[in-house]
Amino acid sequence: MNIKSQKDFFCGLMFMAVGGAFAWGASTYNVGTGARMGPGYFPLMLGVLLAIIGAAITFAALVVETEGGGKIGKIAWKPLIFIILANVVFGILLAGLPAIKFPAFGMIVAIYALTFIASMAEAGWKLKTTFILATVLAVGSYIAFVLALKLQFPVWPSFITG
Amino acid sequence: MDLIANLSLGFGVAFTPINLMYAFFGCVLGTLIGVLPGIGPVATIAMLLPATYALPPVSALIMLAGIYYGSQYGGSTTAILVNLPGESSSVVTCIDGYQMARKGRAGPALAAAGLGSFFAGSVGTLIIAAFAPPLTELAFKFGPAEYFALMVLGLIGAVVLASGSLLKAVGMIVLGLLLGLIGTDVNSGVARFSFDVPELTDGIGFVVIAMGVFGYGEIISNLSQPEHEREVFTASVTGLFPTKQDFKDMAPAVLRGTALGSALGILPGGGALLSAFAAYTLEKKIKGRPGEVPFGQGNIRGVAAPESANNAGSQTSFIPLLTLGIPPNAVMALMVGAMTIHNIQPGPQVMTSNPELFWGLIASMWIGNAMLVILNLPLIGIWIKLLTIPYRLLFPAIVLFCAIGVYSTNNNTWDIWMVAIFGVIGYVFIKLGAEPAPLLLGFILGPMMEENLRRALLLSRGDWSVFVTRPLSAGLLAAGALLLVIVLLPAVKNKREEAFVED
Repeated sequence: MNIKSQKDFFCGLMFMAVGGAFAWGASTYNVGTGARMGPGYFPLMLGVLLAIIGAAITFAALVVETEGGGKIGKIAWKPLIFIILANVVFGILLAGLPAIKFPAFGMIVAIYALTFIASMAEAGWKLKTTFILATVLAVGSYIAFVLALKLQFPVWPSFITG
Repeated sequence: MDLIANLSLGFGVAFTPINLMYAFFGCVLGTLIGVLPGIGPVATIAMLLPATYALPPVSALIMLAGIYYGSQYGGSTTAILVNLPGESSSVVTCIDGYQMARKGRAGPALAAAGLGSFFAGSVGTLIIAAFAPPLTELAFKFGPAEYFALMVLGLIGAVVLASGSLLKAVGMIVLGLLLGLIGTDVNSGVARFSFDVPELTDGIGFVVIAMGVFGYGEIISNLSQPEHEREVFTASVTGLFPTKQDFKDMAPAVLRGTALGSALGILPGGGALLSAFAAYTLEKKIKGRPGEVPFGQGNIRGVAAPESANNAGSQTSFIPLLTLGIPPNAVMALMVGAMTIHNIQPGPQVMTSNPELFWGLIASMWIGNAMLVILNLPLIGIWIKLLTIPYRLLFPAIVLFCAIGVYSTNNNTWDIWMVAIFGVIGYVFIKLGAEPAPLLLGFILGPMMEENLRRALLLSRGDWSVFVTRPLSAGLLAAGALLLVIVLLPAVKNKREEAFVED
């Protein structure tokens, strides 16, 4: 049997897996009855429903002819990794990781790091432009978020400000 | 007249300097993100939600509302000048708007979009003011069964709006509902699906989902495609004013677009996108004067009607939110979040308990629309310049604002890790062709639906027939079923697929 639509096939599998997981998880809570629903009732219902929908989508993906085969196509690893990494590094630098005693470097350092890592997601990024962009963003964010909106951020590294 | 007294209360609130400032700020920002392709109102509102903590609730909502309808104005500029929809609701504007620009008539096209939008926005505001009070009365008659039925109808509406496969959209809704249930169950105090992570017992923040899926997911997907060559018609925007003949052509189209958009905006699942599509389809069916430019080659009606409709629709989609507390689309779902941040329970009681908020918001919409006309027509040059900013300078800024916004919701890095996870999930959704908008709606409605289902069945002692024996609830469910049947009819199904293929 051939997969007629790759996208739908895997989408259906995803729904089945997630629905099944939720239904299984829900069944470990008190399900109760219609009149007295326990915490497991509604999620169990929805989980089963999602699994059924997933099964139907997967089945259709095997049977119904789709134009071009509904190919998923290449995964854009480079943007995916750099964008997510930029975000995670920002979080670590901004507030530190107390679990491994990594100090907080504060917002300014974190913004420079984020801008550089995110820019690398695209081919042909330039050091100078990125540096200017990071500076503009750092100054702008400081004015907008810290001075104007008075949000609570660690701005400078904790080992400098104490 | 109550209406006049109410509106004057509203204008009193909206005309205070601080609220005028926030309305203006919202409109500018809305136009900005509307003009820029690749960032939409959902991600922007999600980013700014945390920043509104410090504001008074009225100002916060006025600003966020301004972003939404402002983006409808801005989106048309990009559609006309660059042939790229700045906003998804401007997809159909591209068809005729861009052709007009190529023929050197970008000015009249922009004017038609701007003036049509202003007219539609004003009418939409009046409709909210006139229809909200009676609908609120009706809402007080709603019991849990009716609320549950209404949410089902709303979710079905969201499916119709989704452009891909119906079944997948239903799946995304159910997935959203399930994600919404994560966290402590209010009735039993059981922490569901939290894996003993303390942060998860509070549930997943909707800001996290919105930013991860709509912000990061989209950026990753945008970057994986080569940047479009943007051909911007900057030089040709001269002679902004339409000719007399243009006015004659566009006036009825604006009226039709406004009427259709207002009606579709109120429908659950409706809003700007659906309205624009419907209006363009209707306009194509209506015969114009002889010798008119055909559709698809720069017909001014093809710009005026959908632009009026998307603005009217974005205004009237506030009605279900303000009267029933039920969000009809993803942006309104975020507005629910904004209201809860400020301890306002969305629903029929808002009008009586916070009249200055309710009427102030409505009045500010009209003021905002007036500001937008000024922002978008005489100052069009500034926005055109913005179009020349390359994406490579924009996306790091968007990533940054997402990260800062997400951190400041709880001042906790946990949310930053969560948004990273949802960024990956969002990209997976895009790759699998599953639309995320229904998911966000389901996510917001999940806990509400469960609550009302429980209450309804508790009252009926577990008898499910309560949903069909109560007339209001039965009517709502019947409407939902009818909507599903209509969409599944072969003739409509093909039309629907055709309509979405056009983009």
